[in-house]
Order: sequence, then structure tokens, then C-alpha cells
Amino acid sequence: MSQRGNPIGEVILSVEGVSLAFGGVRALTDVSFEVREHEVRAIIGPNGAGKSSMLNVINGVYHPQQGTIRFLGQTYHDMDPHETALAGIARTFQNLALFKGMSVLENILTGRNLRMRANLLLQALRAGPALREEIEHRERVEHIIDFLEIQPWRKTPVGRLPYGLQKRVDLARALAMEPRVLLLDEPMAGMNLEEKQDMCRFILDVNDHFGTTIVLIEHDMGVVMDISDRVVVLDYGKKIGDGTPHEVRASQAVIDAYLGVSH
Amino acid sequence: MARNWPVVLLCAALLVGLALPLATGASPPGFYVEVLLGGLMTGVLYSLVAMGFALIFKASGVFNFAQGAMVLFAALAVARLAERMPLWAAILLGIVVMIALAFVIERVVLRPLVNQEGIALFMATLGVTFFLDGFGQTVWGSDIYKIDLGIAKEPVMVLQGLFQGGILINKEDVAAALVAVALVAVLALFFQKTATGRALRAVADDHQAAQSIGIPLNRMWVIVWSVAGIVALVAGVIWGSRLGVQFSVSLVALKALPVVILGGLTSVTGAIVGGLIIGVGEKMAEVFLGPVLVKTFDLAGGGIENWFAYVLALLFLLVRPQGLFGEKHIDRV
Repeated sequence: MSQRGNPIGEVILSVEGVSLAFGGVRALTDVSFEVREHEVRAIIGPNGAGKSSMLNVINGVYHPQQGTIRFLGQTYHDMDPHETALAGIARTFQNLALFKGMSVLENILTGRNLRMRANLLLQALRAGPALREEIEHRERVEHIIDFLEIQPWRKTPVGRLPYGLQKRVDLARALAMEPRVLLLDEPMAGMNLEEKQDMCRFILDVNDHFGTTIVLIEHDMGVVMDISDRVVVLDYGKKIGDGTPHEVRASQAVIDAYLGVSH
Repeated sequence: MARNWPVVLLCAALLVGLALPLATGASPPGFYVEVLLGGLMTGVLYSLVAMGFALIFKASGVFNFAQGAMVLFAALAVARLAERMPLWAAILLGIVVMIALAFVIERVVLRPLVNQEGIALFMATLGVTFFLDGFGQTVWGSDIYKIDLGIAKEPVMVLQGLFQGGILINKEDVAAALVAVALVAVLALFFQKTATGRALRAVADDHQAAQSIGIPLNRMWVIVWSVAGIVALVAGVIWGSRLGVQFSVSLVALKALPVVILGGLTSVTGAIVGGLIIGVGEKMAEVFLGPVLVKTFDLAGGGIENWFAYVLALLFLLVRPQGLFGEKHIDRV
């Protein structure tokens, strides 16, 4: 991990005392942790530990009853997903949420939508500044397509691609937003071993090449330990561990959670 | 393909029915073409209303029962405004009114009901229908008004060399059809080539994912309701100039229901094709099937135009519930 292009920097995102409940069900209880710029940060935990809820709080899908999120020095607790996207947080989905009616290229281009400025009429006519803008965005997108090795399927409707590739398109679309922080919701879920290895490589490459800070959720411990710099462990909505993979693996609380000691 | 045979059979039956009057010599070719064109013209109007349904359903999953009321409201606005200003200004102002209406509907009706069941939203649009019908009368009045597009209404005789006696067509109808085609072309350009169009298609595919890449749902809804409002305005102006602006215009929407069932609720192409099929079908049935019924069963034979569309929609529901161009709905169990 020492040979990376972007050394780990200051704290870019911090979760401070977040509690989230759905009616009487407490999904998260007083969770705090920090994410540093350029690092790969994992959130792990058994099923139902609150990992996805945590991601949805950062992303703005859920608004926590208590606590705040601090991102790039700004504090927020009730931003909507499109606002967090504007602020520079992108995400992928555990159950794919691609635009099935569009080609791979179009799907990834939607990630550039935020940054398109030319007016409608010019865009429709492909005239002047709109054309230049479109070309510029296409260049960015093609770069990402090359990077994630999906060139052969550029024009294919995403619905026809195999699962592993769709996951990669999902990642590409998020990357097209040029986010400061990229949230990955179980990027390896449902993949075979080869696809998992590919995905691990892509995550590390993205982190290295684009300098994107990555927060990822997994319940498969093995995979996570290999690629993350630091790991947060959740169990029953509470944080029970935080540190390097080595430290976390040695923690008694974490071992208990995974091996199932009675609570 | 094997499973498609009922659909193929139904379409084949329709085509045979279409060809029969000519083949049996029951109709002179010139008259036949006239009826066909008349049907296509009505079909274009059905298509316009049905497109409004399809646009909104695709982008927000709302079955907008108020589309017909929007057509009436827009037509009333244009008709009354045109009394005080030139027609083009009235149409522009009418568009502004429809966009304002989209804002209000999003703010007052859609936003509070976000994530509710489809049926709740449907009921809300039913409410919007009655509100618009009444409010339209309050603001614009309840008489019959006319919209004068400044195109001669007298039919002209064309193709006299080809058919005996030539074919009578209405210049206004031709102009209306051209406007409708232009509108469809503009919409296609908007949806396929602009970032906003792409965002709208994204919203239609997946709300959650669209939000996560920074597309604001609320604004997209305003845009799509505005577009549906503008489509309603075009339909209302064309319809109003042919028949006068009156309450019955809003009943056109009821004809658009079988159109969207036939074409598929999620497809703009389906709305266009469905509208044309039903427009032509019901006209043909009225003109050519009617007399046959009179002769064979001694019935009165009229009014086929009123029910034909619904029977056709029912048949399509049986063999292809998602419509000709709709997406097949698969639920994860």
C-alpha cells in the first residue's frame, strides 16, 4: 500500500454521533468515524448490522434523527441524494440500478449530466458550445470506459450484459461524476471469484489513478481486508471496531460478532 | 415466437378487416382513401393525448387521468386569450400557463404524495381532473369558443387523375397532421439528444439511481408535466379549431385510454402507433362495418365509432397485456 499515487491526506468526511431509527427499530446507534482523503475505507459487519443504512445516511437517502455528517468542512444532516451528488459524493448500488433502456455509453454519460451547461436548444441542434461540451464529456467518458475495460460493449444496452459487467458500468457511471468520495455498496456481491478479483483490482486502480476516496461496504471479510486501509466494524447498529485490517482482525469484539457469540 | 401467435392473429385480422372493403369492391378506391385519411387524422389527435399519458407515466409512474382535462384547459386558455391578442401570442401565453400549472401540480399534489401507492396518485389526478374542469370554467367561461387558425376549412379536391372523382381533403387537417409530426420530431430530439432528455429517461428507468447521480426528481417532474402540458395544448388547439372548444373535448381523453392500453403505457412510440390504429380502425368500422351489420342482422348499425376502440383494447389486453410497445412487467417474488 505504500507505492500509491496519492498519499492519504486530511479528514474529508466524518460521521459524528449518527443515530437512525425506523419507528421502534434502531438501525444505527451513535456511530462515529472518519474518512481521510485518498484512502480506501471499508464498513463491514454481519447481515443486518446497519451497513447499508450507514451508506444511505452519507448519501442522503435517509436523514438521521441524531448526529451529523461533515463533508469537506460542511456539516449536513438533511441533504437529499441529488444534493450530496452535487457536493461530490457518488455511489453504486448493491442491487444494480442502471438505466436499462440505455446503452452502456449513455448510462455513463448520465453521470456527466450534472456538469453539462449548454442550453437545451443548442444541445438538441448539436451546435456551437454544446457540441464542444459534448465532445469534452465524451472524452472523459471514453477515458473511464478504457480504464474499466468495457470498450467492446459501449453501444450494448446494459440489460443484455452479464452481471459482473453491469457492476462495472455502475462503477463507471459513478466515476463519470468525478466524485471526491465514492460509496460502493457491496461491490463484490453475487460475483464469482474471478469477477471479485477483477473488481478488487479496479477499485484499487481507481483509487490510485483518480485519487478517489473510497468507502465500501462488504460482509465478505477476506476481500475487504486485502484492499482497505482502514476498516469500521458495525454490529447491531453499533460500532464495535475501527482500525487497520490487522487491528480489526485481532479484536475480540469483532471475532465474537462474526462467530456469533450471544449478545 | 410461438407464444406470440394470438397477437399475430389479432393483427392479421385487423389488416384483413382493413383490406376487405377494397378487396370486395364494397367501396370505390377514392372514397376508401378519404375514409382512411379521416381516420388517420382523428388518430393523430388520439396519439397526441395518449403521448401525454405515456410521457408522465414513464417519468413518474403516475397514471395521469387529468390529461384530458389539461387538453380542455389549454384549449380554453388559448381560445379566450386569442380574443385579446394575436393567436401566436395566445399560444405562447398558453404554454406559460401550462408550465405554471405543472409547477403547481408538482408542488401541491405530487410532492406530498411521493412514495405513495400508485392508486393514491391516480386518485389525486382524478381530483386534478375535476378541479381543472371546474376551474377552467371559472377562469375562462363555459360557453363554446372557437380557435381560428387562419387556415381555410373548405376541402380541396386532390388526385383527380388517380381516383375517379378525386379525394376531398381538408387543408386544416393536413396542417394539423404536419404540426403533430413536427412536435413528435422535436420531442424525439429533446429526449435523445439533450442532457435533460437523458436525465428524464434516467428518471423513468430508476428513480433512486437517477437521484444518486445528481438528478433532482422534483425538477424532472415539473419538466415532464410541462412537456405533457404543451402536448395537451397542441392537441387542444387542433381539436378546438375543428370542433370548437367545449367540455366534450375533455372526453377525448377517454378515447386515449384504449390507445395507451393498445400501444403500451410506457411507450411514446406505442402512443403514436396506437392512436393511428384506433383512429383508422374505428372510422373504418363505422363506415364499412356498419352497413354490413344493417344488411345481415337488421340492426340500426350506428355508433360503432363509440365502442370499437374499447373492444379493440380489450382484445389486446387478453393477448398482450403490456400493449404493443410496452415493457413486460416482471415482478420479483
